[in-house]
Amino acid sequence: MKGENSMSASQKPGLWTARSSRLTPHGFLLTLAALLLAVPASHAAKIGDLSETTLAVQALRFFTFQDPSVRYALAGSILLGISCGMLGSFIVVRKMALVGDALSHAVLPGVAVGFLWNMSKDPVAIFIGATIAGLLGTVVVRLIQQTTRLKEDTALGLVLATFFAAGICLLTMIQRLPTGNKSGIDKFLFGQAAAIGPGDVKLMAIVTLVAFAIILVFYKEFLVTSFDPAFARVAGIPAQVFHYVLMLLLAGAVVIALQAVGVVLVSAMLITPAASAYLLTDRLSRMVWLSAIFGLLAGALGSFLSFLGPNLPTGPFMVLGATAVFVLAFLFGPRHGIVIRGIRRRSRASRVQRENTLKSIYHVLEGRDFKGDGVSLRELAERRRETVEEAARQSRELRRHALATLHEEGNLIFLTPDGWQLACAIVRNHRLWELYLTNAAQIAADHVHEDAEKIEHVLGDEVVREIERRLANATRDPHGRPIPSLSDMQRGGATSERSPASVGYGKRT
Amino acid sequence: MEIPPIHKATDPVPPHAGTTPTADWPLEIHDLTVSYQKKPVLWGIDLAVPRGHLVGIVGPNGAGKSTLIKAAMGLMPLNSGWVKIFGEPVKRQLTRVGYVPQRESVDWDFPVSVMDVVLMGRYGRLGLARRPTREDRDIARHCLDKVTMLPYANRQISNLSGGQQQRVFLARALAQESDLYFMDEPFAGVDAATESAIINLLHELKDKGKTLMVVHHDLPTARNYFDMLLLLNMRVVAFGPTEEVFTYELLQKTYGGRLTILSEVAEAVRIKEE
Repeated sequence: MKGENSMSASQKPGLWTARSSRLTPHGFLLTLAALLLAVPASHAAKIGDLSETTLAVQALRFFTFQDPSVRYALAGSILLGISCGMLGSFIVVRKMALVGDALSHAVLPGVAVGFLWNMSKDPVAIFIGATIAGLLGTVVVRLIQQTTRLKEDTALGLVLATFFAAGICLLTMIQRLPTGNKSGIDKFLFGQAAAIGPGDVKLMAIVTLVAFAIILVFYKEFLVTSFDPAFARVAGIPAQVFHYVLMLLLAGAVVIALQAVGVVLVSAMLITPAASAYLLTDRLSRMVWLSAIFGLLAGALGSFLSFLGPNLPTGPFMVLGATAVFVLAFLFGPRHGIVIRGIRRRSRASRVQRENTLKSIYHVLEGRDFKGDGVSLRELAERRRETVEEAARQSRELRRHALATLHEEGNLIFLTPDGWQLACAIVRNHRLWELYLTNAAQIAADHVHEDAEKIEHVLGDEVVREIERRLANATRDPHGRPIPSLSDMQRGGATSERSPASVGYGKRT
Repeated sequence: MEIPPIHKATDPVPPHAGTTPTADWPLEIHDLTVSYQKKPVLWGIDLAVPRGHLVGIVGPNGAGKSTLIKAAMGLMPLNSGWVKIFGEPVKRQLTRVGYVPQRESVDWDFPVSVMDVVLMGRYGRLGLARRPTREDRDIARHCLDKVTMLPYANRQISNLSGGQQQRVFLARALAQESDLYFMDEPFAGVDAATESAIINLLHELKDKGKTLMVVHHDLPTARNYFDMLLLLNMRVVAFGPTEEVFTYELLQKTYGGRLTILSEVAEAVRIKEE
């Protein structure tokens, strides 16, 4: 243990100088990769070495890379999370999520063949075998599509199931073989981060770095071939080549993720972090970064949770971790999250209600020729055909937005200048729209009210001005009622002339 | 594969079709046949388009209008014939070709900004693995300004109306700074203001000596928009100056016995004759 610590400490200065120049995300990634490659080879201890009692202490030990056994698992999980997240963004924007699924199932026979190559769990042999099998799967999908009338989804389903079945058969055969070191080969189905060894981590680091470098260098090409492949080809960018490069990188990412996540769930590590990132940003470059970070978090979390108990599979925990991130993005995303949408909808609904209350107050005042000082709750309730309690609630809502002041223990409502202006504007919108519909669109006068009720809340200044111009500044609506003019609004309302300013203008004076 | 005998359009004869290509002709097509899954879409197309013209490609649905421009740009495998762009194979002249695809051909929810899309117009000139420079950004901004979309540069493309999307595509094609443009229904589903803005821009390009091949589906406006027309229905029915080609006989030949279209044609011809 001591030897481990001193060794990693001796490597630290170099790392920090590499990192200190600038803390860009890819600088961080390079550092991480350097760290992993520098990790001294030592043999993995058994799971359950974490004997601490509290979760916090366990988490601290786990995430500080202290235990050599856990170190490989965590490093591997982080690397696979990054590479899957990064590449997953491209398959999500290319609408190829199912291709990822098919690819991940298609690699299984390759894993088995790679194992049979020299009867051991040699990471390189398995990597090569699995990558070839995965690519073969995608080629077969394309062949089926091109030579038959079957569509892509059917071809994918067909290939996915066939390759997976072949893989299961081969793995079962291997289990029964008398020779060879078969430990860990059964982990390919559901994944076990503890099975990740130093050789695996090096391979994972290489694959992740290569994928990262290719995406960085050819980002522009991946962007345009994903968005508009035909245009890309006219611009001289070989869309097909980049498609296959992406497929190759994807196959690599899937294969390095297999041991920890398992064949069954690895496509979720491609799709879920990318889907979360898609919900959170409107730019592909940011989406790739976010997705890589989400993948990293899900990977780390999943491997940690699977280390808490004996023999827990890692894949399901990682996938659920990724899903947790997705749920958070889905609920609380700043732009498309459903919570923010709900808040927006509610605030819109309450604005419409305030405006309707103001309109009713205007109608009451208009009904008595703008005589009298304020509107009583009873009058408002009658006008709106609601209970007095409801009217009281709405009047308090108006006061909260400084649109009205309340007097006589809340029984009398006076509009503030702002409230009066808004009331005039709403009534004006309503009546102008009615007039416009009857005059310009030849709709009967008794059919225009419903429409005006809705549109009065959304008409913008420009549209109102345009309508005024077309109606040649008409003063009365189709029902003969006066349309509140701009000067009515400026004057601060008929009420103010008849009531003491201190009351009519409320707090403002 | 069996190809029926080519029915050559008799009037007007494409200038020097089939002879040696020269760099003076932006687009030459000889004996072009294209098919989708063994079903021919274009038969024996012979065409030579002179420089500096705004050419409308019109014809009924399924006439192969989009296929023709895709084949001309090398996006489709050819069954026979050849295409020359400024006297050379397409592959060697791609930087002189600009393209406006159909608006529906891409996913408008894609996470890119308006600026990103217009910058794609520069990619062909940049070459592999090169990032757009400040100069490319200036050009892209200038092109956005030309289509009055500069204020939208940093918007995500899903927030645009149909007309605005079309303007973005046009700005991207302008950023290509090409000599020969192929446009697939640039007027489809756009508002009137955008339509007139686009047509003004196309005329401006033509006046600068650019050649534009525009797939167009609205016959009545075709007569006013284009100075040359290509009437297409699997074969070239006619190609020539609009006033010579836009006749009842040729349009009837193009659209066949489709009655609703024919009455439209009759109307269009009547307008022309007035």
